[in-house]
Amino acid sequence: MSKYLVRRLLILIPVLAGISLVLFTILALAPGDPFEELATNPNVPPEVRANLRTQFGLDDPIPVRYVRWFTSMMKGDWGFSFVSRVDVATLILQRLPTTLLVVGSAQLLGLLIALPIGVYSACRPYSLVDQIATTLAFIGFSLPSFFTGLLFILLFSIYLDWLPFIYRADISGTGLPWLWAHVKQAIMPVGVLALLQGASMTRFMRSAVLDVIRLDYVNTARAKGLAERIIIVKHVVRNALIPVVTLIALQIPGIFAGALITEQIFRVPGIGSLLISSILANDTPVIMAITFVFSCLVVVFNLVADLVYGWLDPRISYR
Amino acid sequence: MEERELRSMIAQVKAGRMSRRHFVQAMVGLGLTAPLAGQMLASAGVAQAQPKMMYKPTKRGGGGALKTLWWQGATLLNPHFAVGTKDQDGSRIFYEPLASWDPDGTLVPVLAAETPSAQNGGLSKDGRSVTWRLKKGVVWHDGKPFTADDCLFTWEYAADPATASVSGGTYKDVKVDKVDSHTIKVTFAKPTPFWADAFCGVRGMIIPKHLFEAFKGAKSREAPTNLKPVGTGPYRFVDFKPGDVVRGELNPTYHMPNQPHFDTIEMKGGGDAVSAARAVIQTGEFDYAWNMQVEDEILKRMEQGGKGKANIVAGGNIEHIQLNNTDPWKDVDGERSSAKTKHPFLLDAAVRQALNLLVDRGSVQEQIYGRTGVATANFLNAPSRFHSKNTKWEFNVDKANQILDAAGWKRGSDGIRAKDGVKLKMVYQTSINAPRQKNQAIVKQAAAKAGIELEIKSVTASVYFSSDVANPDTYTHFYTDIQMYTTTMTQPDPELFMNQFTSWEVASKDNKWQGRNITRWRNEEYDKIYRAAEAEMDPVKRAALFIKMNDLVIHNVVVIPVVQRPRVAAVSNRLRAEQSGWDSDFWSLQNWYREG
Repeated sequence: MSKYLVRRLLILIPVLAGISLVLFTILALAPGDPFEELATNPNVPPEVRANLRTQFGLDDPIPVRYVRWFTSMMKGDWGFSFVSRVDVATLILQRLPTTLLVVGSAQLLGLLIALPIGVYSACRPYSLVDQIATTLAFIGFSLPSFFTGLLFILLFSIYLDWLPFIYRADISGTGLPWLWAHVKQAIMPVGVLALLQGASMTRFMRSAVLDVIRLDYVNTARAKGLAERIIIVKHVVRNALIPVVTLIALQIPGIFAGALITEQIFRVPGIGSLLISSILANDTPVIMAITFVFSCLVVVFNLVADLVYGWLDPRISYR
Repeated sequence: MEERELRSMIAQVKAGRMSRRHFVQAMVGLGLTAPLAGQMLASAGVAQAQPKMMYKPTKRGGGGALKTLWWQGATLLNPHFAVGTKDQDGSRIFYEPLASWDPDGTLVPVLAAETPSAQNGGLSKDGRSVTWRLKKGVVWHDGKPFTADDCLFTWEYAADPATASVSGGTYKDVKVDKVDSHTIKVTFAKPTPFWADAFCGVRGMIIPKHLFEAFKGAKSREAPTNLKPVGTGPYRFVDFKPGDVVRGELNPTYHMPNQPHFDTIEMKGGGDAVSAARAVIQTGEFDYAWNMQVEDEILKRMEQGGKGKANIVAGGNIEHIQLNNTDPWKDVDGERSSAKTKHPFLLDAAVRQALNLLVDRGSVQEQIYGRTGVATANFLNAPSRFHSKNTKWEFNVDKANQILDAAGWKRGSDGIRAKDGVKLKMVYQTSINAPRQKNQAIVKQAAAKAGIELEIKSVTASVYFSSDVANPDTYTHFYTDIQMYTTTMTQPDPELFMNQFTSWEVASKDNKWQGRNITRWRNEEYDKIYRAAEAEMDPVKRAALFIKMNDLVIHNVVVIPVVQRPRVAAVSNRLRAEQSGWDSDFWSLQNWYREG
């Protein structure tokens, strides 16, 4: 096991280096720089822009820039944003709590809805409840978040005027009204994300339970005369959860990366909206940091999923 | 009216034989505007009535929270690092310039005690220097007094290339001297009729010496004040998250009486323009939203029974079609559209005139832009003192056909005109943007009726407007026959704006396509008039020169102006906020108040 872990960790190094090289090259080859807006402004002479590019080292050859970025990244220095001239780490840390809150609670809500519904659907396949759940799941699955987001805004903000559609991370106030204001503004973005998340998770849960529920040991449990509740909870769900847990582990990096579109629609100041605005502004250091951290998380959680899988199912051995 | 007559009228006002009001009315009757008339009097030494702004509240504060929405959030709060208007606006909440530009393009003193003029001795006769007297008793948010040293420092800071400031171009060629603790003198290398660039408007915001002194030059990025601004503005800094939110609170020591009205201010960023309009006009969640790039039809629908309205204010931005003077299809020394080549048929005046008649600006305004794009015949439209009355536009397919027939362009079997084996086929490029594609379709249809075939090409905006030297699809490369985009005019003075037709600005490989003359049109007469305007100190004569330049461009159909693009903001019905097309959205933030 530990030998396996060491080997996997060693493989991570070239993988991550390769990822960073590819990311950096693509970004460096992409047209434009953060100072495009200056180019179309007649009051800013071209020398100003040229000077900015030199000061920020944008005129150096790509390999030189990559090595510089990589070495400082190794030292824990993520560089500074060309647009706001603030350290990238500060920018990301500012955005992280909001993203964790919104995307995290959406994942949690999605799971809380998906697990019971999925299990129930599988226990009574093709019943009315299952049909309804399946239909809803497919609707939630196939509606893109920008569409549900706009629908929610139209319904709850414009027509009913119940909920605000602009998310403000720094509402001032204390006590219950403050909490309520936060909950109120989070309902729509969390709802949109949870719908998407819950829909797919319901389907996964349903098929996982269906796979298990027809197995011989379940029949044996029934033959023993165990109560249905105990059969489902102790024997079926526990085994059916193995693939689902892996899936959840693989989705955790997504919580840190934020939700690109939903954050944009509701103006949630999270990592996703930071990434989008940085991409639009060609702010390479920020894009690099976010995408690279995200790929690190994906790689690491892949490893974690592999390890968890073996722990849940002892038949799997590591060599 | 002749110049001589004008001068005699001004003399009458001076002598008191004619009232100021009467003079202005006479000028307005001639098609001039009140500000131009006012400026004519001012330059002739007649006292100018100070522009009065409406501000009703009688005490400081008590207005509650002011919530504004920018669909691109401010990313930094140092005005001299501000790349876009969003950053300038965010900085303008806390920092102030010596003077701001009002909607007519007139200077309004902010940190200056008065606007310099020849009459108060502020402007030197030879146009080589301007003396600013600063307002006394102004303090920074931290209580330190504001003095001439701060202005002097702002100049040194911005002009230092190592600071990597964005406003460097404004400050590098001027020299600033301290006369006394509240007077500075700005000296120019040559006579400069437009003396109000340094220390005015968005690039003129003054920063405190005592907080930035240690961070001039290469260390500029490390200044803590970059993120926690300390200015002289109506609101003090509270909180800032780049790209998300800027928050401020009332400045109890603000230098204008009874101002500001609001207790707190919030500038929230992110999202998109349509939903920002919705939050102000429809739901009233916010009081103000910036830069409404939204179709007028949608705005109008929201305005019906809504809580706000679109506030439209004229500026100089113009959507126009450029005709290439060089051959975009021939490669010379590694560049196409080289100034060494000539376009195969676009130099023919008949073709140019025909094209000019085929652009249906009325339909473009009516069907695409509405209030947010006004059909125009001129390239230079604003401020109104520079607006030419000598031009007009027309949409007339028959006339275009006649002109082309007369010039010997004959229709072939495919319906496309040709002459000496050259077919009237052109590539028409612009950026990807729904209104522009509709506009292309309108022009293409009309051109087909006149036997001209237009091939439509659209380029992603991020490529088209980039200055990538290696990419042939940028607007400055101009590797097609005609192209269309909006060129921006950010100053009320057209000097920089009009240099895009001078021969020394021709974009080419040698200047990495950074030259501003994209059409590659060269005209000795234009160059001469431009040089004359650069040195002309009399504002009336200078305005006449710019009008002449505009007329040259229009009569030669160097470009075909389509629509003027005003600035559009969404404003709550109860908020009083005056907008200017020449300055930051917050140029008169101290005057903003809520009614009822």
